[in-house]
Amino acid sequence: MLKALEISALKKVYKGGFEALKGIDLTVNEGDFFALLGPNGAGKSTTIGVITSLVNKTSGQVKVFGHDLDTELEAAKSYIGLVPQEFNFNQFESLTTILVNQAGYYGVERSLAHKRAEKYLKQLDLWEKRHAAARMLSGGMKRRLMIARALMHEPKMLILDEPTAGVDIELRRSMWDFLRELNQQGITIILTTHYLEEAEMLCRNIAIIDSGLIVENTTMKALLSKLDVETFVLDHAETSVSPSLDGFSYRILDEHSLEIDVKKSQNINQVFTQLTDQKIDVKSMRNKSNRLEELFVTLVSNGLGNNNEKSSDKPEAGAN
Amino acid sequence: MSSKRNFVALKSIMYKEIHRFIRIWVQTLVPPAITISLYFVIFGSLIGARIGEMGGFDYMSFIVPGLIMMSVITNSYSNVASSFFSAKWQRNVEEMLVAPVPNWVIVAGYVGGGMARGILVGLIVTLVSLFFVEIQIHNIWVIIITVSLTSATFALGGLINAIFAGSFDDISIIPTFVLTPLTYLGGVFYSISLLPDFWQGVSQINPIVYMVNAFRYGFLGISDVSLTVSFGVLFVFIVSLFAIAMTLITKGIGLRS
Repeated sequence: MLKALEISALKKVYKGGFEALKGIDLTVNEGDFFALLGPNGAGKSTTIGVITSLVNKTSGQVKVFGHDLDTELEAAKSYIGLVPQEFNFNQFESLTTILVNQAGYYGVERSLAHKRAEKYLKQLDLWEKRHAAARMLSGGMKRRLMIARALMHEPKMLILDEPTAGVDIELRRSMWDFLRELNQQGITIILTTHYLEEAEMLCRNIAIIDSGLIVENTTMKALLSKLDVETFVLDHAETSVSPSLDGFSYRILDEHSLEIDVKKSQNINQVFTQLTDQKIDVKSMRNKSNRLEELFVTLVSNGLGNNNEKSSDKPEAGAN
Repeated sequence: MSSKRNFVALKSIMYKEIHRFIRIWVQTLVPPAITISLYFVIFGSLIGARIGEMGGFDYMSFIVPGLIMMSVITNSYSNVASSFFSAKWQRNVEEMLVAPVPNWVIVAGYVGGGMARGILVGLIVTLVSLFFVEIQIHNIWVIIITVSLTSATFALGGLINAIFAGSFDDISIIPTFVLTPLTYLGGVFYSISLLPDFWQGVSQINPIVYMVNAFRYGFLGISDVSLTVSFGVLFVFIVSLFAIAMTLITKGIGLRS
């Protein structure tokens, strides 16, 4: 399978000596939907900066669809569409102007660029605002404008750095649908996000970066299977007896709800059986937090910042 | 394929730049016309009549080429300085940096935009001057070559200024403390032959003297310095400034981490 991105021994030391990347290796297959996660300051944006040539690397190698950034920079750049974390368009230009100019930088003639601008502005529900200055848009619209801009040259790989930051849930879900659709069309997507639910819902493979090192690089499925304990919150009907569960760690939150830790080796049916025996009716049940979030917190707080802790699981093939 | 892509990218940067200064025409195109009208009224009509002839021409005719050149210099420089610095400040310069645009195309695109504004303002000022004086043309090619090379030189200067600038103040320091004095002392309002020998010598290290005089030669056929030397100076400046701009952008000074 063609590699969309190959990073080897990538290091970045900023002026002043801060070592943002300590020699990372990362491979993303063509067609993948890949999550790059990490706490603030872990090195995600530096990695993206190096891939998109906005940050000069100190050492190491980066290849985009086989094109080395050191020797075939322009060829490599032509494959990438970038949606950065910060709004970085000209706030005084109209949406159409921003999109058409951006396409021009990739060699797309204006007539074709206008057609593409119409297509993406319509798909991203921005068509009505096409003549407005970018500064007049809401935060969610600005995020969508940056996605449209990144697609204008029809890249084979789309890199999104926190694309749904500050976006309401309804819009976020519609953006997820749009990204899934792009991925199904064959576009490789690399996503960084603080919404771990987003990564879990969208991505097939994942890398976690912490303190400039990749501490986990595996399939989403394999990573989630490592979760040993899941915590559930159960809402129950009012009862005169205090719930009691043998063999489970649990906490009574209030007179209507209960928090229970369920180990992988345990069966959640046993919880219901015991509660039913105590004549306690369960009204609803939910995860206390996102599963990936629980793992993420464990991985980065355990300080697994060394290569010996790396998972041996190979990322799965990207295509659906 | 690559040359076609570069050509489209160059057109896009130039289109963006020209569109920018036309969109804000009240700030970019109107002020030079007003300023130059005031120069004509004060230095031409009111004071000029008392000065009499200079270089064999009435004072108003003598200063017209210099005033046009002053507008070209100021506008070529400030267009690129403010536009490129704004692009850095708003970070939309990253739109070009992530795209497969060679650095020479970025430099050429911005310089082309600066030249376009400088030359357009030069035309506007020329049209305004027609209300005050009858313009004669001695050699149109000298005029075209001089105005093109001068606007390119100062557009490159504006680009280098913007690359180093860290704040909006930094893009006004050079025009205020360097460009304006050099322009006023560059023979716009007088022939340097009127100066004492020492100051004539000093004036010869002012590059604007060569640009103003070459331009004046194109209109009036008179110059304080040799035309060949003037073109040579312009050529050396363009090559040097282009090399500096390319080095800075390639190294990513002020642009890449």
